[in-house]
Amino acid sequence: MKLTPKTATLLVLAALVAITPFFFPSGYYYRVGALIFVNGLAVTGIVILTGYAGQVSLGHAGFAGIGGYACALAPVHLGLPPVLAVVLGAAISAALAWLVGRPILRLKGYYLGVASLGMGILISMVLNNERWLTRGPDGIDVPDLGLRGVLKDWGLNLSNGEFWYFFSGIVMILGAWAALNLHQSPTGRALRALHGSEIAARTVGVDVSRLKLQAFVISAVYASVSGSLLALQNKFITPDVAGFMHSIEMVTMAVLGGAGSVLGAIFGAGILTLLPQVLTVFAEYEQMVLGLVMMLVMIFLREGLLPSILRKLRGTGE
Amino acid sequence: MSELLQFLFSGVTVGAVYALVALGFTIIYNASDVVNFAQGEFVMLGGMATVFAHAAGLPLPLAALAAIIGTAAVGVALNRLAIEPARGAPVVSLIIITIGASIFIRGAAQLVFDKQIHTFPAFSGDDPIRILGATILPQSLWVIAGAVLVFVALWLFFTRTLLGRAVLATSNNRLAAQLVGINTNFVMTLSFALSAGIGALAGVLVTPITLTSYDVGLTLALKGFAAAMLGGMGNPKGALAGGLLLGLLEAMTAGYLSSQYKDAAAFVVILAVLFLMPQGLFGRKSTDRV
Repeated sequence: MKLTPKTATLLVLAALVAITPFFFPSGYYYRVGALIFVNGLAVTGIVILTGYAGQVSLGHAGFAGIGGYACALAPVHLGLPPVLAVVLGAAISAALAWLVGRPILRLKGYYLGVASLGMGILISMVLNNERWLTRGPDGIDVPDLGLRGVLKDWGLNLSNGEFWYFFSGIVMILGAWAALNLHQSPTGRALRALHGSEIAARTVGVDVSRLKLQAFVISAVYASVSGSLLALQNKFITPDVAGFMHSIEMVTMAVLGGAGSVLGAIFGAGILTLLPQVLTVFAEYEQMVLGLVMMLVMIFLREGLLPSILRKLRGTGE
Repeated sequence: MSELLQFLFSGVTVGAVYALVALGFTIIYNASDVVNFAQGEFVMLGGMATVFAHAAGLPLPLAALAAIIGTAAVGVALNRLAIEPARGAPVVSLIIITIGASIFIRGAAQLVFDKQIHTFPAFSGDDPIRILGATILPQSLWVIAGAVLVFVALWLFFTRTLLGRAVLATSNNRLAAQLVGINTNFVMTLSFALSAGIGALAGVLVTPITLTSYDVGLTLALKGFAAAMLGGMGNPKGALAGGLLLGLLEAMTAGYLSSQYKDAAAFVVILAVLFLMPQGLFGRKSTDRV
């Protein structure tokens, strides 16, 4: 049986999630792993938007902020269980993405980037300033998800780190599975067609603006859920999650690893999440190194790290 | 009345800075179709380099000149090392390159200079000038005069000189410009040098009022970008008008609505412009040839 790229990607991800813990020297690495998976989920959304549909968003952290704060606020103010708060956050993000995206995505070029940048910054400003609701820049507590307790009752006793590692990993794999399914569906093909040439896609009857809008809304949901997971596992959230730099991080992770493929983007998420951990020794140079890496990869490895590496490997193998 | 006048003064001062940043955006955008997110770092470099050159013993005008020339060199280096090699890359890649450049410059500035907040003496003293019950700092007049001067000089350059027309020709069609014998590489170098120099000048002029530190660039880049969008991307007249308008809007928001949401004005403007008139105030409708 020949392995389709989709099954291969999912198998690689599942193996990564399952096997790497055997090599963890300490419990701290579960935490780093969980962080990579949360970022990996957000970045999978960017793959749909940027990799498939060819649109750029510079404000996706805003949706992560909505998802995160939904988990902090909805249980307290609306009495929702945290799981439903995640759904509520995703619904609000989707609605907002639809509202902002609808007029913008009729336009071409970098307009979505600009509009989403403005939207993201406005969201982070509201989170910073409306202290009565969000407690401002100091951040706010987030209630426990409660799932770990349930698992414990069923006899599966995981530490907090282990639980979030596996839970985020599973959610990320589900996200990747959905994105890969989309990739193969007629919608996914149409998305890639408009990435190639909007005019050509329109000529063969693809409803270009509606598809771009769909991609934007779907990717907003990914970002929102990743924000929720981050808030829930930290049991705390600050407005930084919605900040401009976080938006840039998301896009950079995806493009760095290779925005055209889910695996590449998640690889990028892993690298950029690990980079600060490695660079703590040279904390002073962290920004310079990050900036340099961003420039070098974009100049020399335009498709991103993973596709370029794979091509090299294949090139020598033949 | 005097209150309104006061807000007007501060709005025009800030607006003049935004206009200078937006002009810098416009020059690079015209020459290379790149939206340069590192534009704000030029402003930071202008201010910071002047501070440190002045502290090292150079007289202020010389320090400022050195800072502007140095920043222009950084602009040229940015073009040569990061933009030119990536020619033809998709928009996402170019955006990430310039954002990477801005993060890199910020990181370098934090090492070369420091993380403190700095300033240097205003050019003609700190005694506010009273006009109709409102006051304006002499330095504000310098900022406004600087913006107007740069605009007029650019306008003359682009309409009256052969070199300026060569830049316009390159921005219209790079290949055609090459065919009629224009050295487009030189035009690119010149555009980045000009743009960075103008950014640095803005930094020099405004530092005595707003102070400076290694991390002021990002906000300025975003605001300048908003101003350029408001005026219509790629149009120098639009950049000037957009900058002033944005400054006034911010001052009025801070004065009459909420100082917390002063910075929101720029981004509300961006969204409103995009929703209602995506070509900006002075932009022309663009068509693509397939």
